Amino acid sequence: MLRTRGWIHAWLLLLPGFVFLIAFTHLPALTTLWSSFFTTPRGRRPAKWAGLENYDTLIGDPIFWKVLWNNAIYAAGTIPLSIIIALVMALWVNRQLAGRGFVRMAYFTPTVLPMIAVANIWMFFYTPGFGLIDQIGGALGFGQTNILGSANSALFGVMVVTIWKEAGFFMIFYLAALQTIPTSLIEAARVEGAGGWTIFRRITLPLLMPTTLFVSINAVVNSFRMVDHIFILTGGGPDNASSLLLFYIYEVAFRFWDTAYAATLTVVLLVFLMILAIGQFFLFDRKVHYR
Amino acid sequence: MTADRILNTAGAWALALIWVLPLAYAIWTAVHPAAYEARFDLFAPLTLENFIKAWNAAPFGRYFLNTFVLVTVILAGQIVLCTFAAYAFARYQFPGRGVLFGLVLLQLLIMPDILIVENYKAIRLLDLVDTIPAIALPYIASGFGIFLLRQTFMSVPKELEEAAQVEGMSTLGILVKVYMPLAIPTYLAYGLVSVSHHWNNFLWPLIITNSVETRPVTVGLSIFSAIDSGVEWSVINAATLMTSGPLLLAFLLFQRQFVQSFMRAGIK
Repeated sequence: MLRTRGWIHAWLLLLPGFVFLIAFTHLPALTTLWSSFFTTPRGRRPAKWAGLENYDTLIGDPIFWKVLWNNAIYAAGTIPLSIIIALVMALWVNRQLAGRGFVRMAYFTPTVLPMIAVANIWMFFYTPGFGLIDQIGGALGFGQTNILGSANSALFGVMVVTIWKEAGFFMIFYLAALQTIPTSLIEAARVEGAGGWTIFRRITLPLLMPTTLFVSINAVVNSFRMVDHIFILTGGGPDNASSLLLFYIYEVAFRFWDTAYAATLTVVLLVFLMILAIGQFFLFDRKVHYR
Repeated sequence: MTADRILNTAGAWALALIWVLPLAYAIWTAVHPAAYEARFDLFAPLTLENFIKAWNAAPFGRYFLNTFVLVTVILAGQIVLCTFAAYAFARYQFPGRGVLFGLVLLQLLIMPDILIVENYKAIRLLDLVDTIPAIALPYIASGFGIFLLRQTFMSVPKELEEAAQVEGMSTLGILVKVYMPLAIPTYLAYGLVSVSHHWNNFLWPLIITNSVETRPVTVGLSIFSAIDSGVEWSVINAATLMTSGPLLLAFLLFQRQFVQSFMRAGIK
């Protein structure tokens, strides 16, 4: 009797949270899959069962493959780089350093800025002829650049902005982890005659593994989720050269109003995230052994 | 040893200067007349004119109000819902606990941010398109918040709860009078992270709003700076700094707390 009352208490406590959680996360994830098997309702025509038609369109859609490839490059470029920079930043800020407060602030400040603001600020760097990059380049005798305007470099321009914004954020987690490493461990290694690099590779880096894992997962999710800056910097162009999957989903859903196809594209995104969820599950299991 | 130290300090500073350069440049252009946008002169006259121009060129006052209401509504909802759920997970044994907690954790990866198509349909069904609650609803229940508070609640000594029970306190009373006060640092950390996250959020508000009365500052700023009608860069930069200003100012004033909050939010 007392036990069932405890159950009911617990369920009642969970109820309000789960109503919203399910209504805006789990249910839409499922209805996304459901909608991908229908046509887009237009005007008075309701949605019709379409089977795998949307998936046929998907496979034959060159823009889809383009943005998927872009997303892969974007992830492969921004994730390792921002993590390495974050680690270096954390190692520096964790030392005795003249002006440490300023250095830490400099690294972390981009994190508190809205991505839209960040994009606006960088826009001024990139503007052809007038922006700071061309100003400096011009003074050194280089010609005019158009980084965001040319298909070869637009995505890289976007990636630089992402790294600038993210590295300081990840630094915080490394900093937190570094402060939990007992100094006695480092001192013991030093007594044994280990050099700085050996200590870093054999002690610090392995002890930071859980943090690296956590940060990596965050970074992967962000590489699918953060598209705000694309709206300002390039609008996905030129010719989708800097468009990412979620940005394309936005365009299909809210510019062309093809919600069924947008749902189909979202299914692809969900599949990636599910793979990540499963992978994380196993990786975190391994981490326990590690301890 | 000293060479090593000098090298590291130099590296750290070089990177720091590169990292502040974009922001410093934005501030430079914003506080100088347009003529100095790309001309560096230490003695260029300072001006607030760009900020005044930006403020008058778009309804930023209203945008700020909208954002303020938005982040307040979200944070208030999150605190209530996450506290309840976290308490249930931390202190109760009940059927379905593992599965339900798994569903909570799943939201750390599959966020409402990417479910824009279906969530838009849901909001339209509720007839809430272009309202501030519509921006807030998908974020009210936060898996991250539940997870964070659960960890904190679990570290509260059980003896405290038992003592309160002996004194005849109700479950709700124990939660409010014993658990919540002990979790204040976590609430603070979570609050900072939540406010800065939703102050900065863009895509979902862009989709779900289409009037001045509901638009948050991020969407307002994007519309303002997208106008090709020759708004001066210095004015756009002023607007950009203005919209990030409150957060930036709060960050500079409470830097230590900010950094610690983010750190606390990151460690399990």
